[in-house]
Amino acid sequence: MALPKYTETRYRIWHYFYIAICTFVFIFLIAPLFVIFPLSFNAEEFLVFSEGMKNLDPDAFSLRWYKDMVYGTKNPWGLAAKNSFIIAIFATLGSVILGTVAALGLSSRHMPFKGIIMATLISPMIVPLIISGVAIFFFMAKAGLAATHTGIVLAHIILGTPFVVITVTATLSGFDHSVTRAAASLGSNPVNTFMKVTLPLILPGVISGGLFAFVTSFDEVVVVLFLAGLENTTIPIQMWTGLREQLSPTILAVATCLIVLSTLILISAELLRRRSERLRGINR
Amino acid sequence: MSSETKQILTTDGIPLEISLKKAERKNKIKAFLLVAPLLLFLIITYIFPIGEMFTRSIDDKMITNMLPKTFKSMETWDGKELPSEEVFASFLSDFKILVEKKEHGKLAQRLNKEKNGFNTITKKLFRQVKRNKIDETQSIKEQIMKVHKRWRNVEYWQAIKRTAPPYTSAKYLKAMDMYLNEDNKITQVSEDRRIHRILWLRTVEVAFFVTVFCFLMGYPIAHLLATLPMKYSNLLMICVLLPFWTSLLVRTASWMILLQQQGVVNDFFVMIGLVADDNRPEMMYNKVGTYVAMTQILLPFMVLPLYSVMKTISPSLMRAGKSLGGTPFVAFWKVYFPLTIPGIGAGCLLVFILAIGYYITPALVGGASGTLISNQIAYHMKTTLDWSFASAMGLMLLGGVLVIYWLYNKLVGVDNIKLG
Repeated sequence: MALPKYTETRYRIWHYFYIAICTFVFIFLIAPLFVIFPLSFNAEEFLVFSEGMKNLDPDAFSLRWYKDMVYGTKNPWGLAAKNSFIIAIFATLGSVILGTVAALGLSSRHMPFKGIIMATLISPMIVPLIISGVAIFFFMAKAGLAATHTGIVLAHIILGTPFVVITVTATLSGFDHSVTRAAASLGSNPVNTFMKVTLPLILPGVISGGLFAFVTSFDEVVVVLFLAGLENTTIPIQMWTGLREQLSPTILAVATCLIVLSTLILISAELLRRRSERLRGINR
Repeated sequence: MSSETKQILTTDGIPLEISLKKAERKNKIKAFLLVAPLLLFLIITYIFPIGEMFTRSIDDKMITNMLPKTFKSMETWDGKELPSEEVFASFLSDFKILVEKKEHGKLAQRLNKEKNGFNTITKKLFRQVKRNKIDETQSIKEQIMKVHKRWRNVEYWQAIKRTAPPYTSAKYLKAMDMYLNEDNKITQVSEDRRIHRILWLRTVEVAFFVTVFCFLMGYPIAHLLATLPMKYSNLLMICVLLPFWTSLLVRTASWMILLQQQGVVNDFFVMIGLVADDNRPEMMYNKVGTYVAMTQILLPFMVLPLYSVMKTISPSLMRAGKSLGGTPFVAFWKVYFPLTIPGIGAGCLLVFILAIGYYITPALVGGASGTLISNQIAYHMKTTLDWSFASAMGLMLLGGVLVIYWLYNKLVGVDNIKLG
């Protein structure tokens, strides 16, 4: 972005102004995440930087909130984490299976009523969560699934499938259908063709859709607040109650762990995206 | 030559045209069967329940089932003067059944919503019935009218008649701070009780300004990301993608820390001398907090579609514009900007749709003046348990979102949504 030498002064000023704005926005986006890190190691109970922390005094830092997170008796973070992972894993599996199969049908050029069906399948992503929450709550209450893990998993499958449908249809849009025809002509049955030929090729899309579904389920709080009982508490519910009642540094320790987790997910999603682009022959 | 010989036959002897059609139909069914499980699942667990919200929001069958005889005999009543003996008699017999089932309290509650004062007079009537004071061999009308003077007031009987239809639009009117008055005319509630309209307006206002802020902040960085060489832009892209993948609650928590009175932002303002140390502004639990936090949370949804559109615009176009004599500003405005409009549309609509249904962030950082319509829906779902009112408001919100979704579909197409 170096400017050519002949640039007039006013454009030079404008250019630096533009760089300044961009810098500000990038800081605005990323800085809030970094405030949490140091504060989660605070030795004191307050959520402000103590004098000791500002002077980088080692005594001002401690792991006590992480200990409280793991061993603390008051906060059922252990149960919440267990529930969150169980629910997210099953919801991801369900979303990936239903979503991938549906995406296969949707990308077929023979699919009737494509537009309206696509709109229906994606609707849980567009409808405000609060409305989805109310509707899903009515269904689960009637079906006797409120306050059960099954109910929450089903709810998260509803919310997660649109992401899988979108990513897998996108992957399939660059898919060369002659390879499946080749497999069929070599005597492979459709299931075998899917498992041995199609799936390996669209796997990056499937996994990245799965990541979206996982994150959706793992972060989801609106619908879960309607559905969950005491037994089904999840990490987001615990954070929500914690943030509403009082901001304790233990929450920041949990938040730090979540940021680390999302960094890992980001890295895998990026790697997958690049692999998918390579497989589909998109060169940039 | 006859036309039959022209027909091309397959090896089975079936005309090719028919055979192709058959194959086509088979493929259609195959494709549909793949979609069917998810479609069925969503229809049962999601689309039907949304429909159920609608029936719930207009449902007023409870009272229709409570006073079947009364409403039947009221059909012939013109509603101007006190009803006939027959209406009184059937009301009493309905009421006796309710007393037996111990449901007269519910009736009183429902009628009291229609017109204030029913609670007292229903209780009085209940006591008379309980003590068997009402002699059914004599005029029931006279006896009921003696129970309380309000039973002699025609307005109360009119109120009962108004509750007869099994459906009501009352919840929708209530969400707009209106109600049906005695003459069946839509009236506004008194000024000090108009809370919902403020919430609707505030919701639209917040969604609109958050969209504007996201656009103003998202456009420059999307442009920078799209024009920088890959090795730098990939690094900067992390700044957009990391918040995108991070839990909403984590980001809200960090804003709560940053914006509190002793928080980092205030510290910074004091340090550069913008505000006095003893006069730190309140930035949380009001609209400022809602705006700042929501803008940061929704910004990636603006940047990503913008970026994917800008990436496809060739830099030579800007050079061409400049070489043809345009200043950089003119070249940008006449060449580059129009090409990014699809991305702007996608980003703005996405952010607006997400912002209009926001719930968690406003509830945590919004305080009283930052709460939105979604908070009100959650409040009625969980605290007052007025589910039909919550459903009505939810559907009104959904109606708005669907209009925007439809626009989005027209302008961008749902299958063009790109993620990541």
